[in-house]
Amino acid sequence: MAKTLEEINEKIRRGKVVVVTAEEMVDIVRDKGAKQAAQAVDVVTTGTFGAMCSSGVMMNLGHSKPRIKLGGGQVRLNRVPAYGGLAAADIYLGATALPDDDPRNAVYPGEFRYGGGHVIEDLVARRRVLLEASAYGTDCYPRRQLATWITLEEINEAYLFNPRNGYQNYNVAVNRSDRTIYTYMGTLQADLGSASYCSAGQLSPLFNDPRYRATGIGTRLFLGGGVGYVAWQGTQHSPSVKRTDKGLPLGGAGTLAVIGDLKQMSPRHLRGGSFRGYGTTLMVGLGLPIPVLDEEVAAQTGVSDADILAPIVDYGKAYPNREPEVIGHVSYAQLKSGSIEVGGKAVPTTPLSSYPRAKEIAEALKEWVAGGKFELTAPVAPIPGADSGVAVKPMPDHPPSGTSAE
Amino acid sequence: MEVTHRVVLHFPPPISGKPIVYHLVRDYNLVFNILKASIGLEDHGLMVMELSGEEADYQRATEFLVKRGVRLQPLFQDITKNDESCVDCGACVGVCPSEALKFERPAMKVMLDPDSCVACAECVTACPVRAMKLTF
Repeated sequence: MAKTLEEINEKIRRGKVVVVTAEEMVDIVRDKGAKQAAQAVDVVTTGTFGAMCSSGVMMNLGHSKPRIKLGGGQVRLNRVPAYGGLAAADIYLGATALPDDDPRNAVYPGEFRYGGGHVIEDLVARRRVLLEASAYGTDCYPRRQLATWITLEEINEAYLFNPRNGYQNYNVAVNRSDRTIYTYMGTLQADLGSASYCSAGQLSPLFNDPRYRATGIGTRLFLGGGVGYVAWQGTQHSPSVKRTDKGLPLGGAGTLAVIGDLKQMSPRHLRGGSFRGYGTTLMVGLGLPIPVLDEEVAAQTGVSDADILAPIVDYGKAYPNREPEVIGHVSYAQLKSGSIEVGGKAVPTTPLSSYPRAKEIAEALKEWVAGGKFELTAPVAPIPGADSGVAVKPMPDHPPSGTSAE
Repeated sequence: MEVTHRVVLHFPPPISGKPIVYHLVRDYNLVFNILKASIGLEDHGLMVMELSGEEADYQRATEFLVKRGVRLQPLFQDITKNDESCVDCGACVGVCPSEALKFERPAMKVMLDPDSCVACAECVTACPVRAMKLTF
């Protein structure tokens, strides 16, 4: 007999809900079978903590005296440029933005010590941040220059709005070239000297809801230490990727655009990051609760690291040249063992996503649910599913010919 | 008695261009393992070495080095991990050549064993949140 979401939420309100983490669910489903597990368990919590470059904060700074029009002007926070193409006091700061004078890779590989992700961490840690702006001036917004310290509590809205988080699976990066390379998957040793992977595996949100039954627009989740919601499908959402017979994708598939109030969040779960030779990012803590409505959900939340496969991709030549070659597949259990076999060679592995932090998040969400503080929501609208035909496309390639007729 | 010492050697400019380590082998019978070597600011030379041999030979060798103008420091806990800052992502474990940084399984927390650390500082550059620090 299947449960309904409303029944589960009623149990949460009455303090009677049975909630476990996705790691605990692996053992429960193995020992009892999916059918019994579905009866015994009401909610499974998931978690992940890793670098999520497509993240940023949408802010309203309030009006200055006299007023200034940030839209169409220049805005910097701790010398990192923010986007001012909206209304007068609205700006967006992205995680990968860099100060104008950061040398980037001019001295290679660059260090990228401070960028948008670090500003966001400073804000959420309640440190003061320097706002500097210049504007073109209008009759209604005459001011042209501005500099002021701000703190998170003093401004109006500040919501984390991350267009792409919670990637469902990702590549295992190797380097077949003959020199060390510096990528968003870390520093990769030449001649298959190392392999990097980035996923919480069996704890990962979308690996526990592979066909997006629980996750859709409006799904309430754990974000950066506070409560957030799925706002839309994430950018590059590609549900039509090939899957195993358990529905698990064999390569990067679903993604989520998530949103939440930055003032509820904590620097424990939002950290600025620097990747040598690559740039800055924001490390984000995210967790999804999954209502165990039936046997199918129980089976899916019971998947273990051994069931989940990731594609091995060469970042030396294939990836930068957008060549589709996949060298092979390995399971997350193999990756976590510390070494995988690629082309007959033993390659040491390096994770980039923190499994202990993913577990901490799943446990925190478990406490929120068990404590009656967090009810689950049904999606208001779905995100495109595995049979939708939606798949990520490459960039258009129509260079202009240079004649004025075009 | 056979001993092994890890030391940091500072070679100020007048002697940084001169062969010195050769004497440790030829005159004092020490086996050396160079863990790190660099010429830094204003030709100041730095070497981190592991020296093995008889204790008496080692003592005489250190006297020789000091007499030649080399400054010696024992190598101890030179890489520190800020546990507050560390997020246990594991990026450092992948680059550590001496397995001083390892995972505590199954939790996958990152542990630093100072005795195995050779102060190569690869972890310092690999760490995305700057939790690793190098001090001599």
